[in-house]
Amino acid sequence: MFDFLGIPPQALFGQLLLGLINGSFYALLSLGLAVIFGMLNIINFAHGAQYMMGAFVAFFLLQFGIGYWPALIIAPVIVGITGIIIERLFLQRLYQLDHLYGLLLTFGLALIIQGLFRHQYGSSGLPYAMPAQLTGGHNLGFMFLPNYRAWVVVLSVVVCFGTWFVIEKTRLGANLRAATENPTLVRAFGINVPRMITLTYGFGVGLAALAGVMAAPIYSVNPLMGADLIIVVFAVVVIGGMGSIMGAILTGFALGVIEGLTKVFFPEASNTVIFVIMVIVLLWRPAGLFGRAA
Amino acid sequence: MAQITEQADIRPRHGLAQWSEQIAFAVLIVFLIIAPSFIYPVLLMKALCFAIFACAFNLLIGYVGLLSFGHALFFGWSSYVCAFAAKRWGFPPELAILAGTGAAAVLGLVAGAIAIRRQGIYFAMITLALAQMMYFFALQAPFTGGEDGIQAVPRGYLFGLFNLADQMTMYAFVVVVFLACFLLIYRIINSPFGEVLKAIRENEPRAISLGYKTDRYKLVAFVLSATLAGVAGSTKALVFQLASLTDVHWTMSGEVVLMTLLGGLGTVFGPAVGAFIIVAMQSYLAGFGQWVTVIQGGIFVVCVLLFRRGIVGVIAQALRIKL
Amino acid sequence: MKKLATIAALAALSTGPAFAQFTDGVIKIGVMNDMAGTYADLAGPGSVIAARMAVEDFGADKKGMKVEIVGADHQNKPDVGSNVVRTWIDVDKVDVIVDVPTSSVALAVNQITREKNKVFLVSGAAASDLTGPQCSPNTVHWTYDTWALANGTGNAIVKTGGDSWFFLTADYAFGHALERDTAAVVEKNGGKVVGRVRHPFPGTDFSSFLLQAQASKAKVIGLANAGADTTNAIKQAAEFGIVQGGQNLAGLLVFLTDVHGLGLKTAQGLIFTEAWYWDMNDANREFAKRFAAANRGVHPSMVHAGVYSSVTHYLKALEALKSDADGKAVVAKMKEMPTEDKLMGKGTIRADGRKIHPMYLFEVKKPEESKYPWDYYKLRATIPADQAFRPIGEGKCPLVN
Repeated sequence: MFDFLGIPPQALFGQLLLGLINGSFYALLSLGLAVIFGMLNIINFAHGAQYMMGAFVAFFLLQFGIGYWPALIIAPVIVGITGIIIERLFLQRLYQLDHLYGLLLTFGLALIIQGLFRHQYGSSGLPYAMPAQLTGGHNLGFMFLPNYRAWVVVLSVVVCFGTWFVIEKTRLGANLRAATENPTLVRAFGINVPRMITLTYGFGVGLAALAGVMAAPIYSVNPLMGADLIIVVFAVVVIGGMGSIMGAILTGFALGVIEGLTKVFFPEASNTVIFVIMVIVLLWRPAGLFGRAA
Repeated sequence: MAQITEQADIRPRHGLAQWSEQIAFAVLIVFLIIAPSFIYPVLLMKALCFAIFACAFNLLIGYVGLLSFGHALFFGWSSYVCAFAAKRWGFPPELAILAGTGAAAVLGLVAGAIAIRRQGIYFAMITLALAQMMYFFALQAPFTGGEDGIQAVPRGYLFGLFNLADQMTMYAFVVVVFLACFLLIYRIINSPFGEVLKAIRENEPRAISLGYKTDRYKLVAFVLSATLAGVAGSTKALVFQLASLTDVHWTMSGEVVLMTLLGGLGTVFGPAVGAFIIVAMQSYLAGFGQWVTVIQGGIFVVCVLLFRRGIVGVIAQALRIKL
Repeated sequence: MKKLATIAALAALSTGPAFAQFTDGVIKIGVMNDMAGTYADLAGPGSVIAARMAVEDFGADKKGMKVEIVGADHQNKPDVGSNVVRTWIDVDKVDVIVDVPTSSVALAVNQITREKNKVFLVSGAAASDLTGPQCSPNTVHWTYDTWALANGTGNAIVKTGGDSWFFLTADYAFGHALERDTAAVVEKNGGKVVGRVRHPFPGTDFSSFLLQAQASKAKVIGLANAGADTTNAIKQAAEFGIVQGGQNLAGLLVFLTDVHGLGLKTAQGLIFTEAWYWDMNDANREFAKRFAAANRGVHPSMVHAGVYSSVTHYLKALEALKSDADGKAVVAKMKEMPTEDKLMGKGTIRADGRKIHPMYLFEVKKPEESKYPWDYYKLRATIPADQAFRPIGEGKCPLVN
């Protein structure tokens, strides 16, 4: 076959696949942010810290002999519950105020969480062993694909589309969407809107924690793992436009792939390419690719 | 538009209360004159630079209602340009600071043009993302020295006369710069331009309907804020003789938000007070490592929930004066 | 303040022989490093312990020398580090700064100690510029530097057949320097650099870059990065079966504590250069036992040994000079006297501030080869002291002419 810009096709496909894997994390995290923003109109700056907590809870569970598979469920639930506590204690008081206060509060929470974990664990990584069933990999011809990374893509796709399905195609989702538009009216129908909001926040946080558990075996578990990542996810969300769930998912995967390609052709820029794209999108379509015009 | 500041314009009553701002200013000057005898001057200079930074930031959030989460971009890059100008090109301090400030103004124009397109939360996220992008650029660009930063920046001779290597001379210079910026901001706030800004903050559609090109006003305010942040960054580079990555990192953007929030959004003296408190706290708690981060997070939470007016705002409201 | 100093001086006078000319009557040692972050284990609080042990073993009390040790965290940031050192010197009257890993901070401290005529004993940092263009009459670069590492590792690997290299480099000044120095050594010895890729610093996911390294078919993949980047790259390389596929990983800056963090299963076969290892002789082992007892079982790294060694020699110089006021004079004395201590043995300090001692090439043992905790290395080669460091003429140090 032909070489594309000096890169043999095998290498290219390999990098595309890797980009897809990274995109899975972007998709999961931006999905969580989009869900929370859709319901609560709050930008959850603590999302990165909650992603980190998910990885740490998985690590703690391992110390108690609870392995990866149960941790995939238990860790998001635990972190989701902390999210519910946060919502009840703090966020509820902010709904009547300007949305920016929500950003400031969650930023403060992120600092607290990160500081506490850093104080306890320093900033070197903690080891988390890969689950035995997923070690090793397959030689696909153009690259050696570790099983675990394939699993990451599969699980993310399932979770993302599952969430989208629930929100867009089910009764529960319809109630959620209606409550975003007109909470008072929906309450009049006898639906407990405050509880729905609380649970939605918990779910969004749980999604972040799930991403954290998935990240634990391949990236190191350390208190700073979410800090820089969250800013990239913000950029992803701005590019996608916060109006649509599907938009957040697709943008996440797409940007992961683009970043992966950048690592091949122009590796030094791979940190900044997503921000550059954000600037371009903003100049061309200020509402984001899938967003509704503000 | 944003109710982010709850600073109602309190018309002062009578007597001494009328002069509240002038009295506070006098107190400030007295403090700055006597402080070096009991506080380490380098610490004071650091606090003053951050006070300028916070006041510049407050211009945007307190009076236009725009929360920028990327102000480290202007602070840090002006610091780099000033340091580079002083060290590599041998600029005297006043020109180096001008160079840094100019760089910040240009960055402010570009960033502002991109970010002003959106409002509220989007605006904050865009400024954050832009600052992060420029952070990575600073990390890799050869002239910034990457991790090392630009070190051994000479302070030089101010106007060819005053040797800034002398601690007290430098301190006097920084005080003068601070007061100049402070008075400039005060002047901007209490001018017809400032009134339009406040109108935009209160009710932008109304301002538009009255014929004001609000985007243009917002952009000018953004550039002013960026430029003054640039003054702060350039001065800081000369005080510490170092420009480093810390100055462009997003935690720096968060810190200036914290200082302003703690001091009081939309008050005149609030940001300076907040800056002094936070710098003092960081200095005295330096041995406690990460607790500083936790405490700063805690201050954010407490301020947002209970204390939105900030220290100066609360004092001003209690005493029914304008601060 | 002056009165206090006089009283203290008189007090010091009265305790023993006339060592009263130390500023404020006290020798204050400032140990600054990363106390809670990536480098906390290889330096961190352990360096303070090492310094303390050095003072004890030197017998400062019996000699009538009052020594105080303070520690601080620079968080790997040059601005924090500069602030601490400035305050230490101006306000707390610290006489000597010790350790300081992270080259960017070390370079900043180098400037300040030169300006204020204090002493700087670098153990943790790697930048060979400290004895090159940035050399200072107030600074001694003790344990290791990028040139010595590149020379040791690059040389040794090429000679044993690893003659094609692919570099995975952290895209910042330190990473570039490490890559440049090692590439020069590889090419000088007849090897070839077949490719390089720069990864953003700090990196989390190296999969993409490792894939490129794999595709290059180079025999050796050189990791021109440090700390978490190195350990993450090694872990992910294991995931992608790179070592099984026949390529070797060369860590250009690896410490004992990194190997401990990775575990022998992942780290086995890694080849790198260090200046000191705890299990090489009885004196080292005895030190390690004492050290580990005070340091939660964590064994000493070469940085800790360097702190011990440098503080010991500093105190010897002070004993001879009977004064610590003039930093330049103290360092000149240290260069005059040959060094000798129980950890790093005999050595010298060159005019450019470079401490000279042999370097050692180690290979990480396989899990089955390790018989007791922290038994991680086997010695592959010793690089004699006169070949281990950059020749003095090549450094471009202004002090040498």
